[in-house]
Amino acid sequence: MTERTSPLSALDRPNSYIGRAVPRPNLGRLLEGRGQYVSDISLPRMAHVVFVRSPYAHARIVSIDAADARKGKGVVAVVTGAELANVCTPWVGVLTHLKGLKSPPQHAIAVDRACWVGEAVAAVVAASRAEAEDAAARVLVEYEELPVTADMDDALAAGAAPIHPDFGDNIAFERRLDVGEVDAAFAQADAVAEAEFVFARHTGVTLEARSIVADWNPGEQRLTVYQGTQAPHMMQNIIARHLGLAEAQVRVLCKDVGGSFGIKVHVYADDMATVALSKLLKRPVKHVADRVESFLTDIHARDHRCKGRVAVRKDGTILAFEIDDRTGIGPYSVYPRTSAIEANQVVNLVGGPYAVKNYRARARVAFQNKNVTCQYRAVGHPIACSVTEGLVDRAAAAIGMDPVEIRRRNLLPDDCYPAESAAGMKFEALSHHAALEKILAMMDYEALRAEQARLREQGVYRGVGIASFIEVTNPSAAFYGVGGARISSQDGAAVRLDASGAIVCQTSITEQGQGSEAIIAQVVATAVGAPLERVRVILGDTDNVPYGGGTWASRGAGIGGEAAWRAGRALRDNILSVAAAILQTEAAALDIAGGEIVDAEGHARIGLDEIARIAYFRPDTLPPDFQAELIATRHYAPRKFPFAFTNGVQAASIEVDVRTGFVKLLRHWVVEDCGRVINPQLVDEQIRGGVVQGLGAALFEHCRYDERGQMLNANMADYLVPMAGEMPDIEVAHVETPTQESELGAKGAGEAGTAGAAAAVANAVNDALAPFGAVISEIPLTPELVLRAIGAIS
Amino acid sequence: MKAPEFDYARPASLDEALRLLADGGEDARVIAGGQSLVPALNLRLAAPPVVVDIGGLDPLRGIEAVGDGLRIGALVRHAELARSALVAARCPLLTQAIAHVAHPAIRNRGTFGGSLAQADPAAELPACALALDAIMIVASRSGERRVAAQDFFRGVYETALAAGEILVAVEIPALGADRRFGFAEFSRRRGDFAIVGVAAAATKSGGRLASPRIAFFGTGDRPQLARAAAAALDGAANDTNTRKAAREKLAADLDPVEDSTASRAMRLHLAGEALEQAIDALWREAA
Ligand SMILES: Cc1cc2nc3c(=O)[nH]c(=O)nc-3n(C[C@H](O)[C@H](O)[C@H](O)COP(=O)(O)OP(=O)(O)OC[C@H]3O[C@@H](n4cnc5c(N)ncnc54)[C@H](O)[C@@H]3O)c2cc1C
Repeated sequence: MTERTSPLSALDRPNSYIGRAVPRPNLGRLLEGRGQYVSDISLPRMAHVVFVRSPYAHARIVSIDAADARKGKGVVAVVTGAELANVCTPWVGVLTHLKGLKSPPQHAIAVDRACWVGEAVAAVVAASRAEAEDAAARVLVEYEELPVTADMDDALAAGAAPIHPDFGDNIAFERRLDVGEVDAAFAQADAVAEAEFVFARHTGVTLEARSIVADWNPGEQRLTVYQGTQAPHMMQNIIARHLGLAEAQVRVLCKDVGGSFGIKVHVYADDMATVALSKLLKRPVKHVADRVESFLTDIHARDHRCKGRVAVRKDGTILAFEIDDRTGIGPYSVYPRTSAIEANQVVNLVGGPYAVKNYRARARVAFQNKNVTCQYRAVGHPIACSVTEGLVDRAAAAIGMDPVEIRRRNLLPDDCYPAESAAGMKFEALSHHAALEKILAMMDYEALRAEQARLREQGVYRGVGIASFIEVTNPSAAFYGVGGARISSQDGAAVRLDASGAIVCQTSITEQGQGSEAIIAQVVATAVGAPLERVRVILGDTDNVPYGGGTWASRGAGIGGEAAWRAGRALRDNILSVAAAILQTEAAALDIAGGEIVDAEGHARIGLDEIARIAYFRPDTLPPDFQAELIATRHYAPRKFPFAFTNGVQAASIEVDVRTGFVKLLRHWVVEDCGRVINPQLVDEQIRGGVVQGLGAALFEHCRYDERGQMLNANMADYLVPMAGEMPDIEVAHVETPTQESELGAKGAGEAGTAGAAAAVANAVNDALAPFGAVISEIPLTPELVLRAIGAIS
Repeated sequence: MKAPEFDYARPASLDEALRLLADGGEDARVIAGGQSLVPALNLRLAAPPVVVDIGGLDPLRGIEAVGDGLRIGALVRHAELARSALVAARCPLLTQAIAHVAHPAIRNRGTFGGSLAQADPAAELPACALALDAIMIVASRSGERRVAAQDFFRGVYETALAAGEILVAVEIPALGADRRFGFAEFSRRRGDFAIVGVAAAATKSGGRLASPRIAFFGTGDRPQLARAAAAALDGAANDTNTRKAAREKLAADLDPVEDSTASRAMRLHLAGEALEQAIDALWREAA
C-alpha cells in the first residue's frame, strides 16, 4: 500500500490534537437545547412575513387585490413584486467563465409573471406568522395561465416555445468537450457499452428550514441579518448590492445552523424579499420557511438524463468515454453560483478516476417551469460517478471481466502524479489503487462473491457494487471568483491570546453541524501549543471575523483550517518572543506545550496566563523597545491547484427481493483519501452522512412533478428521505495523502460520501439482477422499477 | 404553516363533549392523539371552529375482555395496544399490525379510535377492524349506535360518523380458539403508511382453512374485503394451485388506482405478494 506521508512536523507533536477524535465544543450547548437558531431569535417589533405563492407553474399575474387582506388582524403590510422592486434590484445568475450561460433578471417577488409553482407573488407582513397566513389567504390574485414546459426534453426539443421569449430557446447553457481521438477509439474497441442514465430531481431537506431575520435600523442606517447560511460574507455583499447599501452597512450573523448541504449557500428570493421588507418597513422581519415552502423553493438538484458510451478492449483497457448530458434547472439560473455548475461538473468529472485519453462530452442545461436547481452536496459528482462507474461495469460485463479487475487495469496508477484527466482536471496526488485494495480487504470481496453464488442457488439475489470516484475539494478562485462572483476562495483566521491566557480564534468559515468549530479549535490548539479547553472559536459574524468564503464545497478544513493553522503558528511565534523577552533567552530555544512555555528540555518555564498578565498589565517590565503583539491574522487561498482533488472508493452489498422489487441495503463500505485527517470521528461521520444522502438518492428521494409542473410530493410523508431503519452499517477507512500545498495537508471530506454511494448501489443492484438479464440505469431504484426490469409487472 | 385560529375545549364528561360538538356545528372536530388532526390543522387542511379534546373522558379508555371478545376504548393509545397481553392472547392480529403503525413517538400519542375515525385508506387498523368484523360503538346526543366495520368505512377519510358523533369504543367479537391470523404489508420505509397491506383471518378446521376474511388496505378508497380470493381459499388445502387461484381473484376483488406512490399494476402485484405472505402465516399458525 502506498500511503504517502510528509516528514514529521509540528502537526505530529506528542500533544497534537490533529488526528484525534476530541469532542466538539458546541456539543453540550446543542444537546441541551441551548443552541441559537434563527427561529430562536425574537427582536422587539419583529414582524413575520408569509409569501403568497403561485399555484401555477407558468402564469401571468393579471391583478393582485390586497384590500381585504390588509384588513386582517395584525397585518402590517401587503407588498407586491412591483412595489418591492423599488427597494431591491433584480439579479442575474450568470458567471462569465461559463461561456454563453444566460438567465433573465429575477426579482425578490415575481413581477408580472410566475414561472414555477411556489414562486412568491406577494408578501404579507403581520405581527405573527399565523396572522400573516390568515391574511395571505385573503389576497386575491388573478392569474392568466401560460403554457407550461415542465420536462427538460420538451424544453430542449426543436421548436419548443421559449419560457423567456427574449432568449429564443430554452437552452441556458451548453458545453462541449472533445479530447483525443474518440471516434478512432470507438472504432478500435472490442466492445462498446452504452446506456441512458436517469437521475431524479431531489433536494437537501435540512432539518432546520431556511430562515432569516432582517433588522434595518434607520437610526444607524445599518441592516443586521441573522441567517442560517454557509457564506455570510457572500450574503453581505449581495444584500448590500441589491438594496443599494454599502457593504459596511450590512452585518450578517450566522449562529447555529441545522444542516445545509449546499441548500443554504444560495440567494433565495424569499431571503432578499425579507431583507427588503425590513428596509421598507423599518422594523425587524422574520421568515422561516415551512416544510412545504422548503420543498417548493429550496434549491433542487440532479435531474439529469445522461447518455453514455464506453469503448473497451478485450484485455480490459478502456479506450474512451462519451457522454451527452441534459438537465433541467427551472426558470432561472440561481444567483450567484449559477445552475450550470452541476452539468459543468459532470463534464469535468466523467472518467476522472481512469487513465483514459479519449473523451467527448456534451452538456445542455434547460429552462423549464419547475423549481430551480443548484448546487447541493457533491455537485455533479453522483451523476459523473454513476455514469462512469455504470459504464465501467457494463464494459466489464461486455468483455466478461470482473468489475474489480477492470478497475485495477484502468485506474490512474498511484505513482503517476502529478497527473491530469482527459477533461483537464489536475491531480496533485491520488491513491486509487491503495484505496481499492483496502476496501476489497475490508469487505472480503472474494467471500462476498462466494456467498452470492451460494445464495443464488437458493433463489436469493444478492449483489455487490463498486464505485471509484474523485472529489473536488478546496476550490480556488477557479470555481467562482474568475467568473466575476464576489465569493471569496480564501479564508482568514485571527488568533489571539486574551488577558487571561486563553486563546480566541475568529474564523471566516461557518459551522452547520459538521464540526467546523471543533476542527478549528483542534488546529489552533495544536498550532499554538495550548490545551483545547482554553481555545474558543468565534464564527459567523461579518462584523467580527476575517473576510472569507465560509463552509461549502468541502473547503472548511482545507482552507479555513490552514488559515487557522498559520495564524496559530504566527501567534505562537509572537508569544515566544514575549516569553523570550521575559525569560531573557532566545525565542528559538523555547516552545509552547500544554499552555506552558517550555525550554529545550521540555521543562515548564512560564504559563500562557503569566505571559498574558505581563504583556497586558505590566508591559513596563518588558525591555524598553519591546511591544507585545498577541494577535495574529493569516489568510489562505490555494494557489498551486485549482482544486485539491481527493479520491476514494465505495462498495455496497445489497439484496433484491425479486418478488416485491424491494432493495435491501446490507452493508456499505467507503475508503477515501482526504489527506490529513484532523478529527477522525468527524470525518467518518461526514462520510456516513454523505453516504446516507447518496443512498437516499439511490433508493428513495424524488421531487415528483406532473406535466403541469405541480410538485406531487412536497411533504415529508410522500418525499422519502432515507431513515435509520433502512440504512446499512457504513464502514469507513482512509488512505492519507496530505496535500503538499498547505502545511496542514487537509483536503475536503464533506462530499465524498454522497459522490459514490448511489453508483455503488446501482452497480450492486444490476449485479444482483444479472441472472434476469436486467439492467437498470435509473435512480431512485424503486421496487416498481425493479419489478418492471425483471418483467414481474408490465 | 400555523394552524388557523380555533376554540379549544377539554370536557370532563361524554355528555359535555357531545354537547360541545353539537354546539360547534358541522365543522367541529374531536381531537384524540392529535397525530393526524394536528398535521391537518397545521397544513390548514382543516379549519374547525372548535376542537373538542376527548382526552379527559375516562369511559373511552381501557381494554377489557367482554365474554370471549374484546372491547377496546377509543382512547387506547397505539403503544398501549402493542403492550397489551390481553390483545396478544385474544387478537394477535392487532398486536402484529400495530407494530407497523408509524413510529414509537407517534404510537405513544395516537389512539385506536383516532386511527379508525381518520379512515386513511392505507392505514392498518381499519383493515384489521374489517377482518375482525369489529363493531364500532358510536355515541351522540341521541344515544348510542353500533356500526359494523363493513359499514363504517365509506371512503378516503370518510366514515359513518356523522357530525356530533364520537366513537367510544370498538368491540371485537369472540373469535373462537381456532381462528388464525395473517398480516403483511409493504411500505418503502419502516413506519410509513403501506403501499399495500393485508389483514387476514381464517378458522383452522381439520387440514383446511375455513371462513377466511381477507381485508386489504392501500388498494382503494377504504379497506376492502377480498371476497373472491377468500372464497377460493375457503375450505381448501394448503397447495400451490389454491394459492394461485386466490391470487388471481384479486384482480376482481380490488380496483387500485395509480397515484404518485405506485401504479395500479404495482399495487395489484404487491397485493398478490401480501396475500401469499398472509396465507403462509395462516398456515403457519394453523400448524
Ligand atoms: C409520521 C406519521 C406516521 C404515521 N404512520 C401511520 C401508519 O403507518 N399507519 C397508520 O395507521 N397511521 C399512521 N399515522 C397516523 C397515526 O396512527 C394517528 O395516530 C392516527 O391515524 C390518528 O389517531 P389520533 O388519536 O392521533 O387522532 P387525531 O389526530 O386526534 O384525530 C384524527 C381524526 O379522527 C377524529 N377522531 C379522533 N378520535 C375520535 C373519536 N373517538 N371519535 C370521533 N372522531 C375521532 C378527529 O376528529 C380527526 O378527524 C402516522 C402519523 C404520523 C404523524
